[in-house]
Amino acid sequence: MKEKTLIVNRIREGTVIDHIPAGRALAVLHVLGIKGNEGYSVALVMNVESRKLGKKDIVKIEGKFLDERETSLITLIAPTATVNIIKDYEVVEKRKLKLPDEIRGLLTCPNTSCISRNDVEAVSKFRIVKTSPLLLKCEYCETYITEEEVMRQILHEIR
Amino acid sequence: MRRRSIIGALDLTKEEYEELFSVSDEFKRRGFSQSYSYLEGKVVSLAFFEPSTRTRMSFETAALKLGAKVIGFSGEEGISVAKGENLADTIRMLSSYSDLIVMRHKFDGAARFATEVTDTLIINGGDGKHEHPTQAMVDLYAVREVFSSPSNLVYGILGDLKYARTVNSLLRALTLFQPKFVYLISPPQLRARREILDTLNYPYKEVQDINEVISELDVLYVTRIQKERFADEMEYEKVRESYELTYETVTQMKRDAIILHPLPRVTEIDRRIDKTPHARYFMQANLAVYLRMGLLYLLLGEKK
Ligand SMILES: [Zn+2]
Repeated sequence: MKEKTLIVNRIREGTVIDHIPAGRALAVLHVLGIKGNEGYSVALVMNVESRKLGKKDIVKIEGKFLDERETSLITLIAPTATVNIIKDYEVVEKRKLKLPDEIRGLLTCPNTSCISRNDVEAVSKFRIVKTSPLLLKCEYCETYITEEEVMRQILHEIR
Repeated sequence: MRRRSIIGALDLTKEEYEELFSVSDEFKRRGFSQSYSYLEGKVVSLAFFEPSTRTRMSFETAALKLGAKVIGFSGEEGISVAKGENLADTIRMLSSYSDLIVMRHKFDGAARFATEVTDTLIINGGDGKHEHPTQAMVDLYAVREVFSSPSNLVYGILGDLKYARTVNSLLRALTLFQPKFVYLISPPQLRARREILDTLNYPYKEVQDINEVISELDVLYVTRIQKERFADEMEYEKVRESYELTYETVTQMKRDAIILHPLPRVTEIDRRIDKTPHARYFMQANLAVYLRMGLLYLLLGEKK
């Protein structure tokens, strides 16, 4: 309980994403498309103690309410995360994380001869094969993309 | 059979394979000189962005025999179409002229992508190293021709199992037919991809030496090992030689065992084998046109 008062104030309205595996907070912002110039107040807490996870990250976004799709994208990189919607300093909704059936556009197929990488109109599409560890399959060429690769792609784009 | 695009070997159910085989049997029984009007007034487009002789000619013949008009491009023209315009635009253009498009393209997943930009039926005539479903239909049809059913047999699939689209399609199609056993015979660097192996529902084993298993096989399916898959020419030569099917190996086969090959072949089958009763790849090639007539008839034919 101490860490909350220690590091970040409560937010009035917005979203709190807690229990993110340590080191993945930036990736969470990335899948939400938050670059910092949107005007939201964003608090990032990284590598704090967590009874459940050992270490964890927390992201708080004032003024933004995640939609279903955004929530499900977070499960890709932070399956342990909890998403709480805040109004008037109170948690009004606890979102259950559920993987989307299809992930469009966010990832690149590892197969360089995949049509999704070779046609101006094609957008990458992946289906979930397995959740833990995460395994996705390209809808076009059926190449696998592993959890490691998903993380690598998402984190790589941030740097 | 329901009207739908054929992108992969599992786009047909087992019952639909059986239906396809029996319709193809009927065309075969009536013989090659027969022509039909089931596809009269229909236009079949052949969009071969990548060169092909056999698949294109067998589809073209099948469509013409059924009374369809055939338009499209192939060879050098196909390559330049592929360069000049994006795939989606070419497919849209062809769909405004045709009732069905047979396409071959060098990129994996190109046929699936085409189905997203048009409502016109698409038949995948080979997309990169992904699938070539009508070849698998021909392969199983050939097996059935000899053994009366593709089920309950021991298969050996030899060669490049990693990049050969015909192998992907065949391994998947076999999941509908309960083969007794499948030996996947390849050098370690050309083993079948995990993505395919994970979907198999029959017993299989990966082996490196064909001589270990040759006497158990009912069907030996041979594919070519391509040079461009190897970084090192020496390595390629070594692998190629050890995966050429020799006459001596074939003498170890069961008496009624057969050898199939999607053709064209280069050096992967000793020519002396052609004269043995095991060699069925020419028969297999001859069946292709009836099978493709059967497929076009079921997808597009007006029953009259
Ligand atoms: Zn792909």
